[in-house]
Amino acid sequence: MAMDVRERKESVEIAIEAKGGSVASVKPTRQVQTTIASKNVCVYYGDKQALFNISLEIGKCEITALIGPSGCGKSTFLRCLNRMNDVIEGCRVEGVITLDGRSIYDPKLDVVQLREQVGMVFQKPNPFPKSIYDNVAYGPRIHGLADSKDQLDQIVEDSLRRAGLFEEVKDRLHDSGTGLSGGQQQRLCIARAIAVNPEVILMDEPCSALDPIATAKIEDLMLELKENYTIVIVTHSMQQAARVSDRTGFFHIGELVEVGDTSQLFQKPKEKRTEDYIRGRFG
Amino acid sequence: MGENGNKRLLKRKRAEIRFQWIGRFAIFASGCALLILLTTILSTGTTAFFRTKMLVDVQLDKEAIGITSASREQVLQGDYYSITKQAIYNLFPAVTDRSDRRDLSSMLSSGAPDEVRDYLLENPSSLGKVASLWLTAESNLDQLHKGNIKKELDEVHRGISNRVVSWYDFLLREGRIKSFFNIGFLSSGDSRNPEQAGVWGAIVGSFYSLLVCFLISFPMGIAAAIYLEEFAPKNRITEIIEVNINNLAAVPSIIFGLLGLAILLNTFELPRSTPLVGGIVLALMTLPTIIIACRASLKAVPDSIRQGAMAMGASKTQAIFHHVLPLAMPGTLTGTIIGLAQALGETAPLLMIGMVAFIVDVPKSPMEPSASLPVQIYLWAESAERGFVEKTSAAIMVILAFLLLMNAAAVFLRTRFERRW
Ligand SMILES: Nc1ncnc2c1ncn2[C@@H]1O[C@H](COP(=O)(O)OP(=O)(O)OP(=O)(O)O)[C@@H](O)[C@H]1O
Ligand SMILES: [Mg+2]
Repeated sequence: MAMDVRERKESVEIAIEAKGGSVASVKPTRQVQTTIASKNVCVYYGDKQALFNISLEIGKCEITALIGPSGCGKSTFLRCLNRMNDVIEGCRVEGVITLDGRSIYDPKLDVVQLREQVGMVFQKPNPFPKSIYDNVAYGPRIHGLADSKDQLDQIVEDSLRRAGLFEEVKDRLHDSGTGLSGGQQQRLCIARAIAVNPEVILMDEPCSALDPIATAKIEDLMLELKENYTIVIVTHSMQQAARVSDRTGFFHIGELVEVGDTSQLFQKPKEKRTEDYIRGRFG
Repeated sequence: MGENGNKRLLKRKRAEIRFQWIGRFAIFASGCALLILLTTILSTGTTAFFRTKMLVDVQLDKEAIGITSASREQVLQGDYYSITKQAIYNLFPAVTDRSDRRDLSSMLSSGAPDEVRDYLLENPSSLGKVASLWLTAESNLDQLHKGNIKKELDEVHRGISNRVVSWYDFLLREGRIKSFFNIGFLSSGDSRNPEQAGVWGAIVGSFYSLLVCFLISFPMGIAAAIYLEEFAPKNRITEIIEVNINNLAAVPSIIFGLLGLAILLNTFELPRSTPLVGGIVLALMTLPTIIIACRASLKAVPDSIRQGAMAMGASKTQAIFHHVLPLAMPGTLTGTIIGLAQALGETAPLLMIGMVAFIVDVPKSPMEPSASLPVQIYLWAESAERGFVEKTSAAIMVILAFLLLMNAAAVFLRTRFERRW
């Protein structure tokens, strides 16, 4: 029951931080701590509004899947969570997003620190054209996480191991990361992301450039990683969302139509639009 | 209709063949032009790498030289002019007339006494003895020996009197005239005497100019390119700047020279004729080339690299310096080398800032007045002496060799480090 207390406390914090807008019913339905909470998030690209009042909570050590037709704003929402929208010219984010109760758009918060806590894996594997070792060591180096070469070696090995890549590459750590296969590159990117020991890992269609076997490996990996990390994944594959995620959110034209436990959302969607989409009637 | 179609096909085919022949002819013509250029330069220039010398027996007499010992200071003070002259008189004891003797002594280069002195410096023990030395012959004799001046020519057109030719024939028979590899051409500075003139001063001057040019234009070009490509907001002002950078690349080089003259020499009073000023002027010219090359290379680096780095928590600057710039480096360096190669051949701006002065000494720093390769070519091409003709071509060979080397480096960089995404 201690959990309950904690949850209520967080809800209150969110309620305090969300200026304006209705905050009456921010009550988590499950016995899970909230890591990221977004409240009335609106995003604009120039004059064009891409997201409308998104309020979504992401549970700790859960996999949250975001699904929806192309162009509905999944990537945009994901980029809000580690402030990668900052670098897009003309992009403006409104509303409140908190990580462990702290607003991430707080001007006092250093975005570098945020990105250390919230890692990201992209749709197309994008390893740096450097050695495998340097790819993984990059984050720890710029954040000063290792005091010695040995410690750095250890971090690199651990990260590669957790990403399920170590055995495959242990003899060629100093070969270029771009020389790996697509699936290996994506796992390298995951290893790179977890090397700084983030709380949350954001994945934007991480398997869309991969074959089914490599995809299965990444999915297994996600299920393992969820022990320690909170994962948010954008996917176009409903099967994938059903296989790996605990909760699923359905986006449609900039709105979060429905969010719920994955099994519930896929079996008994509450909204007509959700049902149409997962039955393959549009999108 | 079939008839018509056939005709059209035939016509098209003929047009195609015609065009191919035009293309082949164009390539053939430019190939011929290049071949003619290279053969002329090679055939006239190669002889400059050889120097004709004459074997004479010099009496290293203390009194005649006017020294008492063979110590370094003494040797440097001595007078070697008369003993050198005497050595050649001794070869022709029958010649006693004063004007004939003047002709005789003029068969040796005016640098010959210095060669005797240098020999004595290296061999102090030979003081008081007779030394058989190969001394550099005078330029016209040199040209005669190389066949650039024909013996069959009329005395008036030849520029060498019949007597001198007969003396030359005598010496040749005696085995006292020989060709040597002309180290001096590559190791000494300019001279009024063609047989002594070398390109080393010009090479060093050009090197210093390019060094200054590189040190200024490379960091500035990269900084400008990074700012414009990665940081600058895309608005009217950046657009105007962009257009002007491209314009700058097209400005005739002599105008940069005038700018250097007006601002660097007259306003800032930097030392005239120096590689420092030359380098600054050349840097202005090279800058746009580097900026354009660097921007193109930065643009070619995929955005996913920047995003990947920033998602790892790197700042924008870190992302650029750790990942983007290293990837853009090969392309930037290729552009830089090509820009520097252009700068190496640039003559007009250097003329404007006074690097056209006659300078014998090899510069020891970019602050000293100096020659440069293209201007050296210009100066020698203007000289009246026959001996400078081959030097001009040889200097062109030297500059072409450097250009070839630089372009090869650029091609190497491009193929070796080019990355495909
Ligand atoms: N950089 C941008 N500038 C302007 N508009 C953008 C930008 N990025 C996205 N948008 C717009 O925002 C909306 C949402 O885009 P977003 O990329 O988030 O969709 P998505 O759900 O990720 O689609 P997909 O499944 O195809 O990846 C789209 O209408 C898109 O046109
Ligand atoms: Mg997307």
